[in-house]
Amino acid sequence: MSPPSNQDLIDFVTREARLIDQHRLEEWLDLFAEDGIYWMPLEWGQTDPRLTASLMYEDKLLLKIRVERLKGNRTFSQKPKSRCHHLLQVPQVDQRDDATGTYTVWTPMHYVETRFDEQQLYAAWATHTLAVVDGHLRIKLKRVDLVNCDAAFGSIQLFM
Amino acid sequence: MNGYRGGVDAIRGLVRETEVHRDIYINQDVFQLEMEHLFANTWVYVGHDSQVANAGDYFGTTIGAQPVLMVRHTDNTVRVLHNRCPHKGVRITTETCGNTGKFFRCPYHAWSFKTDGSLLAIPLRKGYENTGLETSHAVAGMTPVKHVRNYRGFVFAKLSDHGPEFEEYFGESLSSIDNMVDRSPAGRLEVAGGVLRYMHNCNWKMLVENQTDTCHPMVAHESSAGTAVEVWKNAPPGTKKPMAVEIFAPFISPYEFYEGMGIRIWPNGHGHTGVSHSIHSDYSAVPGYFQMMVEAHGEARAKAILDENRHNTVYFPNTMIKGPIQLLRLFKPIAADKTLVESWTFRLVGAPDMLLERTLMYNRLINAPTSVVGHDDLEVYERAQEGLHVDANQWVNVQRLYSAAEMSEPTAVTNGTTEWQMRNQFRAWAKFMTMSMGAQ
Repeated sequence: MSPPSNQDLIDFVTREARLIDQHRLEEWLDLFAEDGIYWMPLEWGQTDPRLTASLMYEDKLLLKIRVERLKGNRTFSQKPKSRCHHLLQVPQVDQRDDATGTYTVWTPMHYVETRFDEQQLYAAWATHTLAVVDGHLRIKLKRVDLVNCDAAFGSIQLFM
Repeated sequence: MNGYRGGVDAIRGLVRETEVHRDIYINQDVFQLEMEHLFANTWVYVGHDSQVANAGDYFGTTIGAQPVLMVRHTDNTVRVLHNRCPHKGVRITTETCGNTGKFFRCPYHAWSFKTDGSLLAIPLRKGYENTGLETSHAVAGMTPVKHVRNYRGFVFAKLSDHGPEFEEYFGESLSSIDNMVDRSPAGRLEVAGGVLRYMHNCNWKMLVENQTDTCHPMVAHESSAGTAVEVWKNAPPGTKKPMAVEIFAPFISPYEFYEGMGIRIWPNGHGHTGVSHSIHSDYSAVPGYFQMMVEAHGEARAKAILDENRHNTVYFPNTMIKGPIQLLRLFKPIAADKTLVESWTFRLVGAPDMLLERTLMYNRLINAPTSVVGHDDLEVYERAQEGLHVDANQWVNVQRLYSAAEMSEPTAVTNGTTEWQMRNQFRAWAKFMTMSMGAQ
């Protein structure tokens, strides 16, 4: 395949958010490379996910557990279910490496999660490291940096 | 019920042998009295001395509702000071932690204080000449907390002069801190990784009770731990079990597992689950670690330290530690229906990084605001906070495996599914709530 255009990368990121908002989480999981990671740092400007705490640092197995759990009959914290909404700025392509097929896209966003009568607003920057795997763009790393990453939160149950 | 202020009998009446009144959780007057009495008469965890490693290092936190500063004084001892300027009441520090140098300086009028709290200087001091400043509250500087004890790095403080001395208060329960520290080949812990802060809309005691509630994991955590086990079943045969599955899976162990692990009861509301084994018993060995422990402690002692797999040790009123994975949770009361849960992690100094990595993974998977285990716990706490407003039944049951004989047993090892430890906590609650209320 020819290298993805910048518009292809932007479309990928906006579709990814859409799949979450529409609870199409199996399709969403398929966007991740087999060794893909979802990372939500705890620390401002965090560089180390291993020996510094994070809110989430999950491989595909852990993400799969989350997605399966959300479907469960005895998932009490999801009775009733949460809903979410992404409002993205236009994603910006920060790095392109067509030779290795790796790309970095940066997307400021507002994310809303609701349950019962409560609605929470979060502001964050998403950084997608994407790679072409078997002819398809896949997520190697999705990093979500909350503006208030070190604040005390209530439950955050879905995916930003 | 009402009239709790000055009502020693009313407070005592909230705790029966096998049930407690819902006002313990939902009544704001009771909460206020807890701040004034319970959190003053007990030894409350403040922080770890590795957070203030050097002279001038400080860390701001709370004891009950009281803002305090833990600070390393120039004489290298750790002091705890009430965090307000004696002049106008301004909180002295702007950051949660940092280094203040040789003195604190108030950002409002530049009054300054040594790191033991004593007044160092006031600008334009001559304005106080012949005003009687020497007899004022202000001249004493930042008020120190009198009763402070640094036990193997863990700093506890008691605000009031009531209540027992440190050793009497904790007694044998300190063996859980000992075991956690002894797991370091260097005999030392350091706070590491960063603290997870999770806001709970429920009473702080629900969390403390949950620490020794062994009949909930297989129910409340079926959705997370159970799903983890199910998803893992689909892994290709021969795949090495990942650390995350090792952490999740034991949560849905059967009742027999929890019955058999045992619970130990200590005086003054302390106790722990996991006397013989726990959910932390079967983690994979970390390469090189045992050898380091043998070199540090000798083989027999190293084995004895690592064979101890205490699950949750509750330090009444509001602290829990997990020795085998070097984790401490602090349940900070904010209001009758609001609690800030802080989950702290420690590095075993001299041990392989993989231990800290596992500690952090455990904390992230189980205690974070994004944790699928935490979500279901918080859900049931918040439902309880709501349900307790039902007037038709105003009592919470803590009767499981009760025997009248336990009233005369301050220390015991018993069935791991007992609610004795919860009863132990409530008996301590009534004791420390009322000891400073005066005679009726």
